[in-house]
Amino acid sequence: MYLTKEQERMLAGEQGEVLERMFRLLARLGDIYGADRMIPVGSVQVAGVSYKSIGDPGLEFLEDMAGKGAKVRVPTTLNPPGMDLVDWKELGFPEDFAEKQLQIMDAFKKMSIMMTATCTPYLVGNLPRFGEHIAWSESSAVSFANSVIGARTNREGGPSALAAALCGVTPNYGLHLDENRKPSVVVKVSAELKDNSDFGALGYHVGKLVKKGIPYFRGIEHADVDQLKALGAAMAASGAVALYHAESLTPEANLMNTEGLETIDVGERELRETYKALNTGKDPDIVILGCPHASLKEIATLACKLEGKRLRGPLWICTSRVTKEAATRMGFTEIIEKAGGKVVADTCTVVSPIERMGYKTTGVNSGKAANYLPGFCKQQVVFKSLDDLLEGRSA
Amino acid sequence: MRGRMISPGKARGEAMVSREPVGFYGGIDPKTGVVIEKGHELEGKSVRDKILVFPQGKGSTVGSYVIYGLKKNGMAPAAIINKETETIVATGVILAGIPCVDGIDIDKIKTGDKLVVDADEATVEIG
Repeated sequence: MYLTKEQERMLAGEQGEVLERMFRLLARLGDIYGADRMIPVGSVQVAGVSYKSIGDPGLEFLEDMAGKGAKVRVPTTLNPPGMDLVDWKELGFPEDFAEKQLQIMDAFKKMSIMMTATCTPYLVGNLPRFGEHIAWSESSAVSFANSVIGARTNREGGPSALAAALCGVTPNYGLHLDENRKPSVVVKVSAELKDNSDFGALGYHVGKLVKKGIPYFRGIEHADVDQLKALGAAMAASGAVALYHAESLTPEANLMNTEGLETIDVGERELRETYKALNTGKDPDIVILGCPHASLKEIATLACKLEGKRLRGPLWICTSRVTKEAATRMGFTEIIEKAGGKVVADTCTVVSPIERMGYKTTGVNSGKAANYLPGFCKQQVVFKSLDDLLEGRSA
Repeated sequence: MRGRMISPGKARGEAMVSREPVGFYGGIDPKTGVVIEKGHELEGKSVRDKILVFPQGKGSTVGSYVIYGLKKNGMAPAAIINKETETIVATGVILAGIPCVDGIDIDKIKTGDKLVVDADEATVEIG
């Protein structure tokens, strides 16, 4: 791989041990994947934030880096931690967990990483432009940036994203190159997609089938940003889809040639079967919405449905702190809380230790959450549309 | 045998060979170095100071941090040899500074073989 003089000096350790190691990581990954050179990145999203995910090894690694004075060189935002950073006590998060989580946040802050604490960085100010090279981790955000925005990133892991943030570059391979952004399979959708959960079910089904492929969707007549977010998140969870195209909906779709590609049909039957497969439980102990983090529109929709009602059993909607602030100003938080629900900021269903908080069955409207909750949180899952989840739970 | 350098350094020690992939997150305890994955062929064995030989890694990307944790706790293998190193292991050995070579015909290596690994030259010698 071609390296500039400055990059060679970094690799030789002239800019310190941390940068040497981090640059070596990028150079090695570049060699493994056949990159010709490094390219500058416009922004980074770092995953691997929850203490539940990274544990003591991750905490020690981050503290070591921060202690040696490492600082990011490009705007860098952060994935959700394992708890609401403000209201964790009230929400019942364990104290020993909170202590470790706060240490992790401290280490990130020392490295000048913006503590946005959300899996939807594009909703809170980390918004790349079309065609911009970025290095993001968090599979749902990777999918959104590549597919809906048309920015360019590989599916980075926590450490490789951090390395890109500290060095300001990423190896030029994979989805950074035109030739690797072409669709590998056509998905013809004849099922009617009504609720956001339908997009999650579609994504879950297609991700399972195409694995690492690049699907090209036909037949989705309308989808808003929240629905595209749900679709991409589910495909990235059940498969490893980092980029999809959707006719008339995503920016690169009309640049792509689909001639000669295999076609997968998805009709009502496939959608129904996916709902069936994802429903492993019956009566949810708790309903958790906002995976990926809820937009202001999704919170407004929930508030509208809960106005003047009373919930039986707990309900959380997870979102970023920034979005919660706006929701609170609009009175949405108050409406949801009056009904007995909570607007939980910073954290999310998947990375929080809900299995330690006495919950066994969780109701969700997200294909991604339905995919991860059984394994990561030992939960039985009820996967339904928002209306069906609220049905019989509010009066 | 000559392969490709993944992470620099030299090591000498006894081979511990797994014919199946190794997952580090939930697979090896970073505090003890013992393989804890149920049903894994190395279950119950410690990787400490061994030359750990396996086809490739598997599982969560958090595995990279576990490799780093093993090194920090003094429980790490002396070197890692793979058929093909994927990104989880590559990330882990580079962060930890554990010598690692891939592109090696690992079928020729048996558990207990004395190995000399020179990752800088990307070579592995038996004997």
